[in-house]
Amino acid sequence: MRKIKELVIEKSLFSSALVTIAVTVGIILVLAIEAFRFFSEVSILDFFTDTQWTPLFTEKHFGILPLLSGTLLTTFIAILFALPVGLSISIYLSEYAPKSFRKTIKPLLELLAAVPTVVYGFFALIVVTPFLQDIIPGLSGFNSLSAGIVMGIMIIPYVSSISEDALHAVPYSLREASYGMGATKLQTAFKVAVPAASSGIIVSVILAISRAIGETMIVAIAAGQQPRLTLDPTVPVETITAYIVQVSLGDVQHGSLEYRTIFAAGITLFVFTFLLNTLSYRIRKKYQEKYE
Amino acid sequence: MNNIQKNRLKNQLFKYWGIFCTIIGLVLLVVFIGDILIDGLRRIDWGFITSLPSRKPEKSGIYTALMGSIWILLLTTLIAVPMGVAAGIYLEEYSKKSRLAGLLEINISNLAGVPSIIYGLLGLEVFVRIMNLGASVLAGSLTLSLLILPIIIVATREAIKAVPSSIRDASYALGASKWQTIRHQILPASGGGILTGVILALSRAVGETAPLIVVGALAYVPFVPQNPMDEFSVLPIQIFNWISRPQHGFIENAAAAIIILLLITFVMNGIAVYFRNKWQKKWK
Repeated sequence: MRKIKELVIEKSLFSSALVTIAVTVGIILVLAIEAFRFFSEVSILDFFTDTQWTPLFTEKHFGILPLLSGTLLTTFIAILFALPVGLSISIYLSEYAPKSFRKTIKPLLELLAAVPTVVYGFFALIVVTPFLQDIIPGLSGFNSLSAGIVMGIMIIPYVSSISEDALHAVPYSLREASYGMGATKLQTAFKVAVPAASSGIIVSVILAISRAIGETMIVAIAAGQQPRLTLDPTVPVETITAYIVQVSLGDVQHGSLEYRTIFAAGITLFVFTFLLNTLSYRIRKKYQEKYE
Repeated sequence: MNNIQKNRLKNQLFKYWGIFCTIIGLVLLVVFIGDILIDGLRRIDWGFITSLPSRKPEKSGIYTALMGSIWILLLTTLIAVPMGVAAGIYLEEYSKKSRLAGLLEINISNLAGVPSIIYGLLGLEVFVRIMNLGASVLAGSLTLSLLILPIIIVATREAIKAVPSSIRDASYALGASKWQTIRHQILPASGGGILTGVILALSRAVGETAPLIVVGALAYVPFVPQNPMDEFSVLPIQIFNWISRPQHGFIENAAAAIIILLLITFVMNGIAVYFRNKWQKKWK
């Protein structure tokens, strides 16, 4: 009797674990099937080469490039902001800061990641854009610059937290050897600790990029809804995620071509983040063995 | 200035730069929140919390959105927590180092990195269309449950990992079965850690906007959901809706609603940190 009970419990726990596999399979199937239907009506060549994305207009174009450029532009701006700041924070906290300071500041920094993204969207649109408009006169009300900067603030803890953990895992003896040679803390940090923790730091950056690519509300609120192929950060753009939101807010008929565009856009997004996440997982697995 | 002085100076400069970077994010957050308080605080009163949404900003309230958020929170808790904790227990206590275990682990790590809006597309097709739940509270909760499942699983595993194996051994030595050991020793010992992870995951669910928009949650709902099949709105969607309107009155409303949303998120995070600190002391 007891054995049966144990077995039943094990199997039911196991089935909960299997749900996670079902979710992955579900995501891939849903995206693939709807995207397949989409590509039976729209040529895949047009999808990747057409420079216009106007599925909701009468003259329809289905080129993903404008949405992709919008996504990559906002992500680039966010990383440009978050990488130096996040990395400096992690080096300062692991190499310089007193232990008590580190202990209080880390949960506070993580609070940055806990703020709902719709709130960041409000900041970007209502606070940052008017502020930047004073400095940059031609700045449009919707633009990738303020969306990118605010997204950068949001992902600072992703960079700093994982990088700091990686730096922390570097054995202290390496640093002592460097100090023994007369190196300053700065030299030790950049010539010993950072290279030794490089794989962890790279993982943090990849995860931050993946997070920024998939971020939705900030760009949907502050970057605009005008798909355009541009690298100009002062004009409105539209990201893949913002497009999905735009269509979802409207009244699009299920099964129509417009409905399928969000899945075609979604699978593009999924492929990008999947590749980045897999890459970071590989690096992380490799690096875990290093100091254990 | 010789080389040594130069290096020392650089070292000092970097130190101040590091302090600056550490503070800047938090300072910006404080500035933002201060700005929101100025914009929204005077809008918050009992009427704001108990009024239905309206076309006139000064008459609008967050009642239906707040109730929608509470509905979503409760249902998501009921669905995601048992499933996530069970999966976490299985992965940490039962699964051997098999190929399946490896696959599960890669899979969960990958799921944690899938953008939330993709979960929305999954929910739209599976829950709303195929299972025919419509844009209901239930469909929204199921979608968010899948979204926070990886977070709960990872937190459960971490908490169980922290329980010393001596406790397990002692329980087995007394003749307890595997489940008895888990039920009476491992779970009580790791409960604080699991709770921390669960609360953090739920606070993430409360702030989620994009997947619920994709699932079809409405921006304007003039009634409170009465059962899981009713249509709904949530606070973040109400905020999004107010932000996208041109009248200044709605911006004030958005700021006021943000104050309430941040209050909920920060309180949940505070509780989580409290449990984490309390629980960490136990094994030291």
